[in-house]
Amino acid sequence: MNFLLSDEQLALLDALRGLLQDKCDPRRVHEVFDGDGSFDAGLWQAICEMGIPAIMVPEGQGGLGLKLIDLAIAAELVGEYAAPVPLFGHCAATIAVALCGSDAQHARWLPKLASGEALATLALGEGDSRWLPGEWEIAGEARLNGKKRLVPHGLEADLFIVGTASGLVLVEKGEGVAAERLDGADRTRSLDTVTFTDAPAEPMPGDEASVARSIDAAAVLLAADAFGGANHCVEMSVEYAKVREQYGAPIGSFQGLKHQLSNMALAVEPGRGLYWYAAHAWDDLPEKARHAAAQAKAHLTDIYLQATRDTVEAHGGIGFTWEHDTHIYMKRAMLDWAWLGQPEKHRLRAADLAGW
Amino acid sequence: MDLGFGPEFDGFRAEVKQFLAENWPPADGDYKSKENERRFVLAAVDRGYLHRAVPKRFGGSEQAPDIARAEIIREEFAKARAPSGRILGTGKLVVPTLLEWGTEEQCAEFIARTLTGEIRWAQGFSEPNAGSDLASLRTRAELVGDEWVINGQKIWSTGADRATHMFMLVRTEPDAGKHDAISYLLVDLRQPGVTVRPLQQMTRLPEFCEVFFDDARTPAGNLVGERGKGWYVTRSTLKHERSGIGGLTWSLSMMRDLVKLARETQRNGKPAIEDPRIRSELAAIDGQLMSLTYSTYRATSHAVHDRDVGSFATMPKLYMTDLAQRIGKLARDIVGDDFVDMSGPGKKWIERFMISLSMSIAGGTSNIQRNLIAERSLGLPRDARGGTK
Repeated sequence: MNFLLSDEQLALLDALRGLLQDKCDPRRVHEVFDGDGSFDAGLWQAICEMGIPAIMVPEGQGGLGLKLIDLAIAAELVGEYAAPVPLFGHCAATIAVALCGSDAQHARWLPKLASGEALATLALGEGDSRWLPGEWEIAGEARLNGKKRLVPHGLEADLFIVGTASGLVLVEKGEGVAAERLDGADRTRSLDTVTFTDAPAEPMPGDEASVARSIDAAAVLLAADAFGGANHCVEMSVEYAKVREQYGAPIGSFQGLKHQLSNMALAVEPGRGLYWYAAHAWDDLPEKARHAAAQAKAHLTDIYLQATRDTVEAHGGIGFTWEHDTHIYMKRAMLDWAWLGQPEKHRLRAADLAGW
Repeated sequence: MDLGFGPEFDGFRAEVKQFLAENWPPADGDYKSKENERRFVLAAVDRGYLHRAVPKRFGGSEQAPDIARAEIIREEFAKARAPSGRILGTGKLVVPTLLEWGTEEQCAEFIARTLTGEIRWAQGFSEPNAGSDLASLRTRAELVGDEWVINGQKIWSTGADRATHMFMLVRTEPDAGKHDAISYLLVDLRQPGVTVRPLQQMTRLPEFCEVFFDDARTPAGNLVGERGKGWYVTRSTLKHERSGIGGLTWSLSMMRDLVKLARETQRNGKPAIEDPRIRSELAAIDGQLMSLTYSTYRATSHAVHDRDVGSFATMPKLYMTDLAQRIGKLARDIVGDDFVDMSGPGKKWIERFMISLSMSIAGGTSNIQRNLIAERSLGLPRDARGGTK
């Protein structure tokens, strides 16, 4: 049994952490958050140069040919730093192209997606919480018509992987594609409503299982982001409790707050094992993968949102202000919670998948 | 990353299966017979499958630590429903403590007979006025000639009415500081100076006892570790009490039972498990249980590779307690009206509902566990009044 990160994985994390420390300190995150709603292009370019989006692209297509666990631990770190980059949508879409695309689609897109030269996104949500295969109503194969909601960085994307009644289709930006930016809560990851009007579309040949597998990977990446953010909230609250003094003592010496912080850590930390397992199951235990992905998405995103609420309490008034970091994490937690369907939906799926 | 054991262990697993096929169930089919169980365990020890950490001269099989092999043995024995050689009650805490701190004579006298069940242990730590603040205990022992003479009272001592011996903490150095005044003694309970009084729990079940010592005696040689260093000896006992794996097995079996209850209980003419609220809470509990399961694997892997697992180290007990209470509450909702009937089908779950409460007290209360997480894992300042052990 070997349920721990390898030296290579730890080295990858070290390198990415170094980059984020350098280019993504809280001041920079606030700047982007208060900016025009687009992501930090310089940071994204640096992340692409480090090869993060290439992690799961096959070696023959300009990628590193690694596993979901490798990408998920990187996603955790991006979540920890609340990095304003399009990593989630781009990588989830890249996985879908790799799993469901034709040879021609692979050859055309994967090298560019691996290098970050082209930006991709997943267009799944349709309202009424229709997020999953079998729920999508938007139709059309050669020409696509209809609307998708909550599409990550739709304005900037070059390529849309769209869930339709007949499976996934690939749509390029341009003719028949209009993205309108939402006044989103999470300004580190902007969302758009994308309207397709007779947009030229290419069906992707991937079967139902490959489509499902693409969605499972997206769920695991959200869970990893949620863990990173939640864990950061615990650390931030603990550090504050060590330095903030009242009644002549650090507030972290008072048992009431100590117990609150312990409860937060207790809710969050064991979730690391769950999201690792979900990623590992996706990589190596196919018959367990769907259930684990549903559980990880439900559990971690629920925990994250609660952890951000607890973080406000642990900080007092300052934690409720715009200038503090907490609200940025809370809004990321809101996105992780809602995107792909809320925890309840995934718990009921998990119950079905468990054979209950 | 690998949760399996790899093909290099396939041969070992086959050997274990072969052994089980030949030895269990017993030839006469009587799997409840104590004699059959005794013989099976001896054969399994002989093969190196049970009591692996215990030297051969003390009745163990003296195998090198190997988590993979131990886990394969556990899995295969469980599948065959074969005896696990588990030491009943708190005796399982004594054996590792003796191996770490005991003299050759003490190990020789007590370990083998504990493994066979001839010696049954009770724990003597808590006292009426020494609960979470265990170091304030008052039961004292004085060395008179070559014997310790013990006076005082212990409480919450599980199974003391059926035990032959007690491992206990006593005050031996009246002039020393709080933590350096305590010693760890082994005492035969079958003597005139010892009175055991069982206490009935709220579940109606007997479980623990009060034990009174009036000039009770034990040989000077039954002191484990040095005089006044009992506190440090105890740490290894508590470490074993709080380790996660046993609890994980228990939590998984509670969950299986809960799913079975939800399937078999009818609600509005349908199995309760089809009720979306129950279904969703069941899945939420499962999410928590999966977190515990894979974090435990993570912790085990880190231990094997000498890596620090981080803050999870202090968490299993409290996490499991929360989980058990959540399971108890959902069972309550499923059992419904029968939740008031101690003679009905819900009895088992009424008991478990109450027992889940005891988990937040026994072996370190949940609030003490929260201090432990805060101070040891999160690095928050210690409580002004002493903090955690």
